[in-house]
Amino acid sequence: MTKDVERFEPKNPMEDFLRMDRIPHIWCSGCGIGVVLTSFVDALRKSEIDLNKVAVVSGIGCTGRVAGYVKLDSYHSTHGRAIPFATGLKLGNPELQVVVFSGDGDLVGIGGNHFVHAARRNMDILVICVNNFNYAMTGGQVAATSPLNANLSTAPYGNFEYPFSLPYLADACGATYVARWTCLHIRRVTMSIQEAFQRKGFRFIEVIAPCVTLYARRNRLGDGLNLLKYYHDNSEIRHGADTRTLDIGYQGKMIVGKFVDREKPPFLECMNTHLKKVLGDKYVPYGEQP
Amino acid sequence: MKKVKADPKGVLTGAHYMDGDFAIAEGALAAGCRFFAGYPITPSTETAERFVERIPFVGGVFIQMEDEIASVTALIGASWAGKKAMTVTSGPGFSLMMENIGLAAMMEAPIVIANVQRGGPSTGLPTLVGQQDMMQVRWGSHGDYKIIALSPDSPQECFDLTIQAFNLSETYRVPTFIMTDECVGHMHEKVVIPPADKIEVVERKWYEGPKDKYLPYKPDKDMIPFMVKAGDGYRFHTTGLTHDERGYPVINAECQDWCVRHLNDKITKNADKIIKYEEEQTDHAEVVVVSYGITSRVAYRAVQLARKAGIKVGTLRLITVWPFPEKRIKALAQKVKAFVVPEINYGQMVLEVERAAAGKAPAIHVPHCGGGVHNPEDVFSVIKEAAK
Repeated sequence: MTKDVERFEPKNPMEDFLRMDRIPHIWCSGCGIGVVLTSFVDALRKSEIDLNKVAVVSGIGCTGRVAGYVKLDSYHSTHGRAIPFATGLKLGNPELQVVVFSGDGDLVGIGGNHFVHAARRNMDILVICVNNFNYAMTGGQVAATSPLNANLSTAPYGNFEYPFSLPYLADACGATYVARWTCLHIRRVTMSIQEAFQRKGFRFIEVIAPCVTLYARRNRLGDGLNLLKYYHDNSEIRHGADTRTLDIGYQGKMIVGKFVDREKPPFLECMNTHLKKVLGDKYVPYGEQP
Repeated sequence: MKKVKADPKGVLTGAHYMDGDFAIAEGALAAGCRFFAGYPITPSTETAERFVERIPFVGGVFIQMEDEIASVTALIGASWAGKKAMTVTSGPGFSLMMENIGLAAMMEAPIVIANVQRGGPSTGLPTLVGQQDMMQVRWGSHGDYKIIALSPDSPQECFDLTIQAFNLSETYRVPTFIMTDECVGHMHEKVVIPPADKIEVVERKWYEGPKDKYLPYKPDKDMIPFMVKAGDGYRFHTTGLTHDERGYPVINAECQDWCVRHLNDKITKNADKIIKYEEEQTDHAEVVVVSYGITSRVAYRAVQLARKAGIKVGTLRLITVWPFPEKRIKALAQKVKAFVVPEINYGQMVLEVERAAAGKAPAIHVPHCGGGVHNPEDVFSVIKEAAK
């Protein structure tokens, strides 16, 4: 008769950060979103940040599901509206570190207007954008980020619309921190997120990620490994590069790195400083941190 | 739910001469609203202007967003951060808001929206009155959900009902609307703001149990789940997807049934507690005039003319338009010859009167397509016909 023996059950290293009762996740094998999420969790751990004060807001789409998996205050909002939701959350409780985690279609397609204005007014939020060059949740449609000539389900003869270069957009709108990496640069992504936690204002990190099921299959680019190989062979780290030079052509070269890191007071600080100056002691400051 | 006295910081006690739009802003401040996100649109902008002028001396935030979609969404975020939040708009902006009014309903986030109605459709009559969004407020976002909507008929009521709107919104965790109109919004009258200790405001029902036991959508005895604030360490999840008690998405018919029934039943089953109306001389009335907002004031002149002509007319003024006081209409329908329903639209709330009367008495609409108010004579002549 065998006795029960205590089995060694290793704890999942991400258990404290994820809603394990919601795992397995919905992402395809070979997808890059999980990699970015792992880097995010790693950055949270390394930053020793108070997890009770971190809130994650997502929109709709594959990356939009991140909010459902992180064991933090997490909000899965509507398509394109993660940034205004995060704006309300941050202004409602200024002590929160509010992170928007969403996809390219969500953030700069349907949500483009919110993106440019949040950056303009320097809202104090960190935006992590997983860019997989297409609308994946709905089946691989053309996006505002799809490279020219790429084949998408709503561009079946190839894309002829010019795409956004996201770091250029974020820079032009006034973001205080702008970086771009690929899913291959996991340590760099982690370090960028850690660094961005230390900064104030509208911070933007783009991470290029493979969509194996749709974008890669339609374009016969192979599996996740093939795409990582492509990232390896075609990405070049160039910190401080002029953001006007960061366009990504179809299967072309990708400039990655940290492009912008500047100090600029965020929205609430501007509001408090200005109103104090103009109204004097009568002004009741709002949400100032000690 | 806890009732407390208003925070005196936001209460501008005294007698004032102000318009309805300003009175809404004052009502919001008195109710404890400390977050306002808005986008300019005639004829509602004065509310935002009043709020932003006052808030630096009260302590709170005003932000002008990039559009009305963003405004409503920001309210939901602020609401989850624990703030009482509101916005104000009119027709075209109201249409844009619909998407995230649905999100607020689904997430059960208390928010307040005032619609100073103008004539539509589309850009319509930016500066002139309408009452044409009465059905949109009830049905505007997709899916099945219920909301609460109030309709003030004076600047004083703009103040009073804005406080009520916040109280109802916090009590039932539901988007709540102040459906006023350009006339009431721009009408200047005396508004008396009572001392703070005479104003009752509802505080959100906060959860205080063990952190790991918190379920954001588990209905309490009164059907309303407890809330927590972002940053308080509950590390909870909420979504616009169909969800279970944990707030986790569950995509099947069973969970949808539970979720949708809850969103609707919490209002329907509490309707008697929510509904308010003002009734006059309906006991022996042959005709009852049903109206709301500015039209109730115009209709009152018609009622006076009718009474002078010897017609027994009663009035029912809707203060709560949604949920609709269908029980009262049903009861009145047993004994009146007809209802007369003047509205500045081509037939909206009259459909509800007709539905509630269920064939026992006709509901005769007096339409006005917007841009002005009814001529009381026109309403009077319909009352005369109805009394025959």
